[in-house]
Amino acid sequence: MNYRHVKKFALLAAIILSAVVSHFSGGWNQYHLLIIITIGINIVLAVSLNLINGYTGQFSLGHAGFMAIGAYVSAYLSTEYGANFLRLFGGHAGALAIALLFLGVLILGGIAAAVAGLIVGVPSLRLKGDYLAIVTLGFGEIIRVIIQNTDAVGGARGYSGIANYTTLFWTFALAAVTIYVVVSLIDSTYGRGFLTVRDDEIAAEAVGINTTRYKVVAFVLGAFFAGIAGGLYAHINNSINPQGFDFQVSILIVTMVILGGMGSTPGVVLAAVVLTLLPEFLRWFAKSDLLDWLVRHAYQFLSPEHFAVAAAKTKELFESRMILFSILLIALMLLRPQGLFGALPRRKASR
Amino acid sequence: MSQVEFFQQLINGLSLGAFYALIALGYTMVYGVLRFINFAHGDIFMLGAFLGYYLTPRLMPHFPGALAAVGVVVVVLLTMALCALLGILIEKLAYRPLRARPKLTVLITAIGVSLFLEFGGQFVFGADPKSFPELIEDRALGSGALTITKGQVIAFVITVLLLVALTFIVKRTKLGMAMRAVSNNATAASLMGVNIDTVISFTFGLGSALAGVAGILWSITNTTIDPLMGVQQGIKAFTAAVLGGIGNLPGAAVGGILLGVIETFVGGSSFSTYRDAIAFALLIGILLFRPAGIFGRMQVEKV
Repeated sequence: MNYRHVKKFALLAAIILSAVVSHFSGGWNQYHLLIIITIGINIVLAVSLNLINGYTGQFSLGHAGFMAIGAYVSAYLSTEYGANFLRLFGGHAGALAIALLFLGVLILGGIAAAVAGLIVGVPSLRLKGDYLAIVTLGFGEIIRVIIQNTDAVGGARGYSGIANYTTLFWTFALAAVTIYVVVSLIDSTYGRGFLTVRDDEIAAEAVGINTTRYKVVAFVLGAFFAGIAGGLYAHINNSINPQGFDFQVSILIVTMVILGGMGSTPGVVLAAVVLTLLPEFLRWFAKSDLLDWLVRHAYQFLSPEHFAVAAAKTKELFESRMILFSILLIALMLLRPQGLFGALPRRKASR
Repeated sequence: MSQVEFFQQLINGLSLGAFYALIALGYTMVYGVLRFINFAHGDIFMLGAFLGYYLTPRLMPHFPGALAAVGVVVVVLLTMALCALLGILIEKLAYRPLRARPKLTVLITAIGVSLFLEFGGQFVFGADPKSFPELIEDRALGSGALTITKGQVIAFVITVLLLVALTFIVKRTKLGMAMRAVSNNATAASLMGVNIDTVISFTFGLGSALAGVAGILWSITNTTIDPLMGVQQGIKAFTAAVLGGIGNLPGAAVGGILLGVIETFVGGSSFSTYRDAIAFALLIGILLFRPAGIFGRMQVEKV
């Protein structure tokens, strides 16, 4: 059994495992289930962004925009046309009909995001580094402003009444598919081109690699999976609004990619798990008796009113995930820029 | 649009553009010497506004009556000094250790610093918007068809004065000459005995001081401030810098004014809900079609 078969078996095993676990998840705590599903969605987002930022070396800050397109398109289709579709199956729509519908709208959402990725990617991928980052950021924000001004999907108020189709099975099966596609692509002969574009664009160009094409392919494929993730996100949250897809979300995904190590899929998956759980853990810690006890002892020298302020602020600090992420980003860049698992692009010392 | 309306929008646009110009200068100066976008620059602008917010009630009572003007100058100068210090500190702690690393590393760090200032600011100052104390009474001047407020006039005058001062520093002083030398060719400059570290610190200090003033001037005319205010204004000012040609000082000023005017006219038109997307659309358009900006020179990348 060679390596290629191992990957296929791993994919199959992951999908079956998701189905089995999902089957028994009925009685689980809803909040815990939501966190687990969020982990899966974040894996899809981080692994797909890693294809663009990590493997191809094109630093994009607009992933949330593509996620938004996938979320809105799939939610709109399933809400406005879902009932008509299910009616085709007669009186009672079975699980299969719903599965078909959901998979259909997810893929359409992904395709819409991919088209947006193409429209954004073709012009902006001529730019590099800082400029590419800020232009993708700009496109992400423009997508958000356009959604805000589209009344058909509720504008700034958001879009609600979305069916809860996302399950643990769908999330992790699609996460497995995302990982499989990205890993297989990078391992293929064609996929080596992505790495060459990252490592040395001019040399890649010189040996006949169409660098622009590779960049656009990475961008479109990354956007497609971001759109799928958006669809999953929309169908677990009941309602979505444009603010849910702002710059901070893009930064969050970027942080996962950087922590995991740009260009390392296992690292990025692990980082997606860790960075989804960490804020939840800190939020739990902020409410825990342990922190209470620590605070009582640490601040005992303070007067009562100062104590109350200090205690409240300490709790707030643990609940603010953005402060945590920003410190993490800076510390990583100063101490371990390659991330947990990443390998720095191989470059000669003289460059 | 009537003529009066047109001139009213033009005035509002010019005064808005003056802010953008002040912030854009910081982006452009740092880009000139380091070739990197200091994402945290917009947040220095925010900190300038908050410094003004905390300094005004503490300092202004010491300058009663006719001395109020002196008080304003003291508040502004103190804010400038503190912002400059902060800019220098950020560069020393976060950017300097990474100077030899790939540019992407510095870019990510800058994003990290920016987020840290925004959400650290939210933590320290509170997330809710605050109303800025009345440092200068922002009343309307004159009684004609056009409305110009005192704040607008003061902001515009201060901006012009600062631009003149900056031009003097860059063109006529030794440090300014060193700045231009580093911007031109850092290696050659250091071989000629220019201390690169000092020049970079000075550049960050100068840019941050201007952003600090911009923060106060903004707050005088807009009255509410919040810890995330630097994000939008920062990106717009960056657009202004790119519009004028990044690395080019007069370009940043012209770009700022131009952006302010364009934005005000769009805000007054039927596309007003798209106002905030204008800066982005403009930015993308310039970067794609004329990345060197209005005043910049096109450069060919060499291997």
